[in-house]
Parts: sequence; structure tokens; C-alpha cells
Amino acid sequence: MTVNELAEKLGLERVFVAEPDRIIEGAYAGDLLSWVMGRAKPGNCWVTIMTNVNTLAVASLLDLSCIIICENSEIGAELSDAASAKGLNLLRTGMNEFEACAALSRLL
Amino acid sequence: MNRYYYDMHIHSCLSPCADDDMTVNNIAGMAALKGLGVIALTDHNSCANCPAFFKACRRCGVVPVAGMELTTAEEVHLLCLFPTLETAMEFDGEFKQYRVKIKNRTEIFGNQLVLDEDDNVISEEEFLLPPASSLTLEEAAEKVRSSGGVCLPAHIDRPSNGLIGVLGDFPEKPRFGFVELSANAYGGEYAVALPDISAYGVVKNSDAHHLWEISEAENYVTLDDEPYSGDLIRRRLFEYLKGEKA
Repeated sequence: MTVNELAEKLGLERVFVAEPDRIIEGAYAGDLLSWVMGRAKPGNCWVTIMTNVNTLAVASLLDLSCIIICENSEIGAELSDAASAKGLNLLRTGMNEFEACAALSRLL
Repeated sequence: MNRYYYDMHIHSCLSPCADDDMTVNNIAGMAALKGLGVIALTDHNSCANCPAFFKACRRCGVVPVAGMELTTAEEVHLLCLFPTLETAMEFDGEFKQYRVKIKNRTEIFGNQLVLDEDDNVISEEEFLLPPASSLTLEEAAEKVRSSGGVCLPAHIDRPSNGLIGVLGDFPEKPRFGFVELSANAYGGEYAVALPDISAYGVVKNSDAHHLWEISEAENYVTLDDEPYSGDLIRRRLFEYLKGEKA
């Protein structure tokens, strides 16, 4: 499934989408960035509430396919600017992490 | 120039997780016994015991610093230190609006006691102190600095609530001159893989929640203290922490 298809099916807000046709390979959920950094895999869709700009550094480092920010956690201009600068896919939803993961597991 | 042994991260009985025996006079007395010259009171998200702490420290001949261990929205613990008691209390008053209003349940979390200078309980903080405030790390650092204070990421070697554990690495903003390492550095499976910190000044504090955890006279700063006064030492300490004078 591509990032674009996922955003469509789950009705996700496209904060910034650099690569709509990027294939999603599995998913990972977590908010402690040092923890995620050592465990998420390239291609994963990452479910989190963390909107510090370091979130994008982790996604970029691990070559994740997209980030889904849950519970409409506030996204500052710095984060969306960094997503466009790094060419990352940044999505957002009102779902909490459990709901987002449950929805993802039905699709992936 | 003289060596000032310090412990700039101590919790009083205002922090629910700290022992009720962490009264301001017990802390000041223990610091004096251990030969510490400068100590800071840094309760979770509150400076409410700092006025009594200042009086207790003066009795014991220890230089007090008013502080707060602020929890940012990302759940990073930020050690905030203020140049005077007045600036700390002003910051504390403004900071209240950013705290979450969850009622403390003393049977689960512990007491949050506000004391007078004789260790009498004068009130109890109603809302639980440690949870994340609504200030991001960047916003919090900016507010502390504009108040004249200094802030440094607390216990960055600790996985929970340490800046590196939470954010993976130093963010581009805010910039810090100093970082805090735990007095008893974490090791084994709980150790955080630290990035290169050679560009930072390092302070080692106890993060004491019990009397016996307060630092021994091990970590010091060398300060020019002529003509001697508590105010001068505090001022020199802040110049040091702000990187104005090595």
C-alpha cells in the first residue's frame, strides 16, 4: 500500500507529502525517540504523538515511509517546514495511537 | 578564588515522590554537614518551598539557589535555576498556567507539602506537580532565559525524562551551555547511548529525593568570591553557568 492510498483510506490529514507513492512496509508505534530509533525498520509507517522536530530526524535516519501524528497533536511551522526540507511524508489524524494502529492492522 | 562544592538538584517534600523528611531545614543542615557551599532546591514544576529554603540555608551558612525541575510538553526534565528568589517566584507565578490540573492523590503519589522557615506545613499543593506542562522545550527554555535564569537538560544519562532518551539527540534549538549528568551515572541495560557532549559544560547533581542521597563534597565550581557574600557567589555561579566566565 502507498502512503497516498493509506491517507485516502483512513482520511488522514496530509500535513506534507513528499512521496505519495512510497510503499509502506509495516508499522511501528512509540513516542520515546531514542527507543524508536533503535527499533523501527526502514519503510515502516510510524505512529506517534511526538511533534518535536527531532521526530523528523529519526524518520529521516531510519528511512521511514511516513509519520502519522495522532490525536491532532499540535504541529508547529518548524515541523512542517522540516518535513518539506527533508522530503518526508507527514500525516495527521484525530485517532489515538491505539485506534490508528488498529486501523493500520486491518490494511497492512 | 575558592572551591564551592555544590548540589544543584534537590527535591523537597513538595515533590510527591520525595520523602516527607526532605524539609527545608533538614536539607540545609545535611548540606552543611556534608560540606556543600551552594545548593539548589528544584522541585517538580514549582518553586513554592524556595522562600523557606532560602531562610533555612542562611541559618546553616549554605548559599541557596532557587530552582525548579520543569517538565516540558515532550516530558523532558529541564533543570531551571534563577539568579534571585524573587525572579524564581515571579517565574513560578507565570508558569502555573502551563501546568495540568490533575488532583494529587496522596495515597498513590505522596504528599506535596509547602513549608515555612521552621518546617511547619503551611499548605498542600492540590494539583499533582510532576506531569508534563504545556510548554515545549523551546518555549520553556526561552521563558527561563528571558527571566534571567539558566536551564540545562536534567540527568541526560537517564532513559526516562532525560533529553537524549526522549528526543534521541540534542535538538537544533534550544541550545544549551551545560548538561546535567546523574551523580551515580546510569549503567547496564538502562544506560542511554549519549552523543558527544564534549562541547558542553557538565554538572553532576544528586537529584536527591531522600536526605541520604544529597551529594557529598565531590563536585565543585571555582568562584571568585571577594568581597564575600551569598549574593556575590550566586552571581558568580550564574556567570559561570551562562558561560560568561570560566
